[in-house]
Amino acid sequence: MLLKELSQAFGPSGCEGEVREVLTQALGAAVGVWQKDALGNLIAVKESTRGPKVMLAAHMDECGLMVSSIDKSGLLRFRKVGGLDDRVLVSKHVVIGSKRVAGVIGAKAIHLQKPEERNQVITLSNLYIDIGAKSKEEAERLVKLGDYAVFATEFGYLSESVVKGKSFDDRAGCAVLAEVLREEYAFTLYGAFTVQEEIGLRGAGVAAYALEPDMAVVLEGTTCNDLPGSEEHGYCTSLGSGPAITIMDASVVCDKRMIGELERLAREHNIPMQYKRSITGGSDAGRINQTKSGVPVVVISVPCRYIHSPVSMLSLKDFEHTVKLVKLFLRSIEGGFVL
Amino acid sequence: MKELIRKVVECYGPSGNEHVVRELIKAEIAPFVDEMHVDNLGNLIALKRGGEKKIMFAAHMDEIGVMVTHVDKHGFLRFYPVGGLNPLTLLGNRVLFENGTVGVIGSEKLEAQKDLTLNKLFVDIGAATKEDAEAKVKIGDVGAMSREFVDLGTRLVSKAMDARIACAILIEALKTVAKPAYDVYAVFTTQEEVGLRGARVAAYGITPDLGIALDVTRTGDTPSSITMDVSLGKGPAVKIRDSSVLCTPAVRRFMEQVAKDKGIPYQLEVLEAGGTDAGAIQLTKGGIPAGVMSIACRYVHTASEMVDFSDVEHGVKFVAAIMETAYTG
Repeated sequence: MLLKELSQAFGPSGCEGEVREVLTQALGAAVGVWQKDALGNLIAVKESTRGPKVMLAAHMDECGLMVSSIDKSGLLRFRKVGGLDDRVLVSKHVVIGSKRVAGVIGAKAIHLQKPEERNQVITLSNLYIDIGAKSKEEAERLVKLGDYAVFATEFGYLSESVVKGKSFDDRAGCAVLAEVLREEYAFTLYGAFTVQEEIGLRGAGVAAYALEPDMAVVLEGTTCNDLPGSEEHGYCTSLGSGPAITIMDASVVCDKRMIGELERLAREHNIPMQYKRSITGGSDAGRINQTKSGVPVVVISVPCRYIHSPVSMLSLKDFEHTVKLVKLFLRSIEGGFVL
Repeated sequence: MKELIRKVVECYGPSGNEHVVRELIKAEIAPFVDEMHVDNLGNLIALKRGGEKKIMFAAHMDEIGVMVTHVDKHGFLRFYPVGGLNPLTLLGNRVLFENGTVGVIGSEKLEAQKDLTLNKLFVDIGAATKEDAEAKVKIGDVGAMSREFVDLGTRLVSKAMDARIACAILIEALKTVAKPAYDVYAVFTTQEEVGLRGARVAAYGITPDLGIALDVTRTGDTPSSITMDVSLGKGPAVKIRDSSVLCTPAVRRFMEQVAKDKGIPYQLEVLEAGGTDAGAIQLTKGGIPAGVMSIACRYVHTASEMVDFSDVEHGVKFVAAIMETAYTG
């Protein structure tokens, strides 16, 4: 399963090579021309002489950690890459570098904590990765400064239709895009697998600048918080309620004509859909939308619980409905839908 | 001109939903410009020919609003802010949706007034059930402040003076000027309140030699107000800086010279917080000289924004004079 392979690939922002590898291997002959640009964006090009130029984008990078210093004792200090919550870091398994050196984020055992420490969040400056090395020299034989680490999370099924794994934000979007690219379309389609979204939407902007699309669809794994402790009016999306369409987020106002067409298609083909009911957070759509003289965009997301943590969760039904809706939208462009 | 102002400020048009006000402006300026088009972000770009160099004026059409994010079973709407909203000034106000639906902003019970935050507020459109409410409004719809224009004589009050008063000034200047010294690109921009977005892409497409944003600015002339040397009635303001821009000094000097030559009163503006389209224009491509003419406005980002009519009239003269005066840098 491609989603599993993508989820388990090592690819924090700026280090997306393994994800690129998984994608080019998996899509094989389905994509004739691959381009890789200076920032590392991987672009599947399906050219046609007719119709508009459409860009689909999903980001390959995930939140991770970077080794920032190695103590005399062989412990690794680190910095965050992307928006991780300090509170989710303690006591997690991680793997470092492409050789996947195993490590554990250590914390003082409860027996050794002072009473007041038990009520405090352990912040980044008090955390370290322990790779079992006894000295700086021993540690340096395995890792070096600047090496990335990601959570060591196995992909797995929680039920027939619900799966868990790391980094569904945005490997879910990558997997949707890969499925869509397996088919041929009668217009120019650029499938852009972008880099460095988590640290500032960096890849998507330069990709859009070079491609100059007439419209763009951004595919995301987005927040889902239909959970205890949040009021119903605070839900962003709900698991199992279908693809989520963004109307607006902190970075973009999506194109109303594109939203309208997606609504129509979902209705006519009986695909459940929902709106993303939170406008905090940005996406690649913002950067694409603001490129050159402006590009109309829309964002379609697979709802994912617990994103930006060691393990996220999604519904395969939502995933399949998202693939279906995106394909229908592209067929609709073939059928003459223009802006 | 007051009738034009009334029409423009009362029009519906929160960020991303500027189509109604855009159509109104199109009709107003059509006889006075050579070309018009609407770009991918909804900016209305009008060209009035006159010279070799290109000058871009930007006045934003969008206003603040509330976007519906949830409809509960009793028909109450929850919302997210579109642009910078203050919960204190929202409570008890009314919002208007594009289809004419009016809602009242209410609050949950609070232990103390300082607990008033946007997520404690909701919109009541008089619906008794979720179904009732959804027949009128759905998730993603955006309500604008609902408040009519009032002429207090010297001073004018309305919602959306920010920055429709600038739109009205630009419209009026286009009507006044017969032969500009540049190819004038009058751009009525979108999505300024959510990040100067329309101006950014418009400037990229036009690549002007000079960019001037027209907007409102805050004042320091009300009881115990912020410290700021801008007052109502002292003329249009020539901006020096805000959070988005340090205006190009040569452009500021040029604007001051134009005002002096034409005998137009003006004041200088240093705005501590807030941004304008000039910030986006100035950083386009390899950089564009940019300045701002502001109209002093009290109670910005509330349903009752107040400007001085003489500032507005002088603003029209000022913009017209800039259009007629070649910038030599």
